[in-house]
Amino acid sequence: MQHHIVLQVVAKVLLPLILLYALYVQFHGDFGPGGGFQAGVLFAVGLILYGLIYGVDTLQRVISPDVLRTLMASGVLLYAGVGVLGIFMGGQYLDYGVLAQDPLQGQHWGIFFVELGVGITVASVMTSLFYAFAG
Amino acid sequence: MEALGLYNYWLVIALMMTGFYIVITSPNLVKKIIGLNIFQASVFILYISMGKVAGGSAPILADQVTLYSNPLPHVLILTAIVVGVATTAMGLSLVVRIYAAYGSMEEDDIEVMDRSETDG
Amino acid sequence: MMLLTAHLPILQVILPLIAAPLCVLLRGPRLAWGLSVLASWGCFAIAIALLRQVLAEGSVSYALGGWAAPWGIEYRVDVVNAFVLLIVSGISSVVLSGARAGIEAEVAKDRIELLYTCWLLCLAGFLGIAVTGDTFNVFVFLEISAISSYALIALSGRRRALIASFRYLIMGTVGATFIVIGVGLLYMVTGTLNMADIGARLPAVAESRTVAAAFAFLTVGIGLKMALFPLHLWLPNAYTYAPAPVTAFFAGTATKVAVYLLLRFTFTIFGADYAFATVAMEWILLPLAVLGIFSASLVAIFQLDVKRLLAWSSIAQIGYMVLGISLVSVTGLTASTLHLFNHALIKSALFMTMACVFYRIGSTQLADFAGLGRRMPWTMAAFVVGGLSLIGIPLTVGFVSKWYLILALLERGWWPLSVFVVLSSLLAVMYVWRVVEMAYLQPATSNAKPCEAPASILIPTWALVLANLYFGIDSSLTVGIAQRAAESLLGVSS
Repeated sequence: MQHHIVLQVVAKVLLPLILLYALYVQFHGDFGPGGGFQAGVLFAVGLILYGLIYGVDTLQRVISPDVLRTLMASGVLLYAGVGVLGIFMGGQYLDYGVLAQDPLQGQHWGIFFVELGVGITVASVMTSLFYAFAG
Repeated sequence: MEALGLYNYWLVIALMMTGFYIVITSPNLVKKIIGLNIFQASVFILYISMGKVAGGSAPILADQVTLYSNPLPHVLILTAIVVGVATTAMGLSLVVRIYAAYGSMEEDDIEVMDRSETDG
Repeated sequence: MMLLTAHLPILQVILPLIAAPLCVLLRGPRLAWGLSVLASWGCFAIAIALLRQVLAEGSVSYALGGWAAPWGIEYRVDVVNAFVLLIVSGISSVVLSGARAGIEAEVAKDRIELLYTCWLLCLAGFLGIAVTGDTFNVFVFLEISAISSYALIALSGRRRALIASFRYLIMGTVGATFIVIGVGLLYMVTGTLNMADIGARLPAVAESRTVAAAFAFLTVGIGLKMALFPLHLWLPNAYTYAPAPVTAFFAGTATKVAVYLLLRFTFTIFGADYAFATVAMEWILLPLAVLGIFSASLVAIFQLDVKRLLAWSSIAQIGYMVLGISLVSVTGLTASTLHLFNHALIKSALFMTMACVFYRIGSTQLADFAGLGRRMPWTMAAFVVGGLSLIGIPLTVGFVSKWYLILALLERGWWPLSVFVVLSSLLAVMYVWRVVEMAYLQPATSNAKPCEAPASILIPTWALVLANLYFGIDSSLTVGIAQRAAESLLGVSS
């Protein structure tokens, strides 16, 4: 990996921007186009770029397949958990309106956490797909 | 010339048949997956075309706009794309395992190897 | 508990859906197995509660996220899908309870908890297909169940399982894509995805060719999923090379859910008038059913692997269900829905005996069955009873469904077909007999010792076998429910 000095430097510059953009797409999803799926893929793109340039082993030291597995499952659980919380707060499954005093605020919170779950799962699934085919 | 005005549907049919043809005829497992992807892409275009409302703007709430395109088919197809990605990943990982086990990803070779094995 | 009874339709799906990622987190094959057994039995309890609720109060509707029906996703449970939910969750629970030993023997150690995750996802998919009242939701759940079932088949570790799984993936994806195309075309003409809403709006636009195209795409797509002859080619290999308990699970659920979809789309969405008067679907279904029964039974007779033999017999049994549907009468549909339940019991019991045999012998080749009647008396006794039920001997469930099918055929005056049904049972006698003869009348190899399967597999197997006998002797419960399901599909009230 000594020869790709240009690639390594460019990747180092790009990487924080990609991850930051992923976070922007994730958290701005309420107000503009965006959301967990797109953000998750973007975040994974950042990680995969790192893996491509610096090697899969280096990436696995950053984030190990075991951690990814846990993240995958917890993202789904977060999504489903928000839905079940809706039931316990007296609404239907995935009814965000009941999550807060003000239904509008509730909708806001609900979609925020659901999309966070989606984002975590998608990012970790995409990265572990990369591991599966590259490892 | 009404038939030509529906050109995106002609495109859908062309893609669908191309993809389907590859799935059926190609003996290479990876190419089969590619065919499957083309086949699914045609369905994505079908859905996206039907969501377009003539003269409608992008479905983002704005003050001056009264006519919007239908966003629902887009949402549906986003789901279908995700499903497509999952299927492709599953298919490709099977191909990787098949290649490791048989040393080939040509259907003809694999069939010959299966037949030469005695267990039924 | 008042709180939860209103949420039964959604709990039915999210219970396995939440248990699945928990299985990943648990990191222990035993723990994962325990959790999935618990979740599956929980689903079964919910299904029973739902069925009781539906029988007492009529259909139940649940609006996801509080969005009202035609706009939001609606879960709608009536007698038909409550019955299917009961079948799917019941079979899954019993089979999963006896699956641990078989799976530990067949699947690589580090993948076992992933297998249970896939199993639960697959179960969630099947239950979701059955419970939802939204056509696009059907597609999503179809793919959840399909993708996890490809993984389940491939997990058996044999290299042929990989090819079988790959072929299933190609066919299954084509089928599912056909279904999405059909759903899209329906959305084009009706502007809605809700099943009941489409059903209400379709008669106004029934003339359009778009509807006809949608009908064709949906029928072929569902036909692929249910392994309707001649779209069945993925099934024999998939069933043969999957881990034995997984096959027992699929045999009782996968094709049954697809048959349910056919019922739902033909009768609730398109309506019997459109499907059978305008398109004349019985002239497509009836010949395919008859050909399927005959050719698949014939092929089954010549199989050298018992699992594959049973898989071919499954294709023939799908033919009986389709035959009942193509009669478009209450008795015919009763026979079909009844056979959904009965065949699930028969085939799961038979494939569970295969799990017992494979656990001890490591093979399901017919030649290895020699002398097995003495070496595994309980297992082979279970096979014999299951086989008798498959043939349709009185006092078993197989007899009950064939009886109603023949009644329905006579009702239409099609007595040659009822003779055919009886004759086709003779083909079943032949393939069951080949196994029985090998097990009881052929001498075992000299060094063979008795090797009865462990109780953990035998008890669930015998539970299924006894259910075969119980529902064969006292059929009032199942026939009553099937009849109500048939009436609600055809829209006639008793």
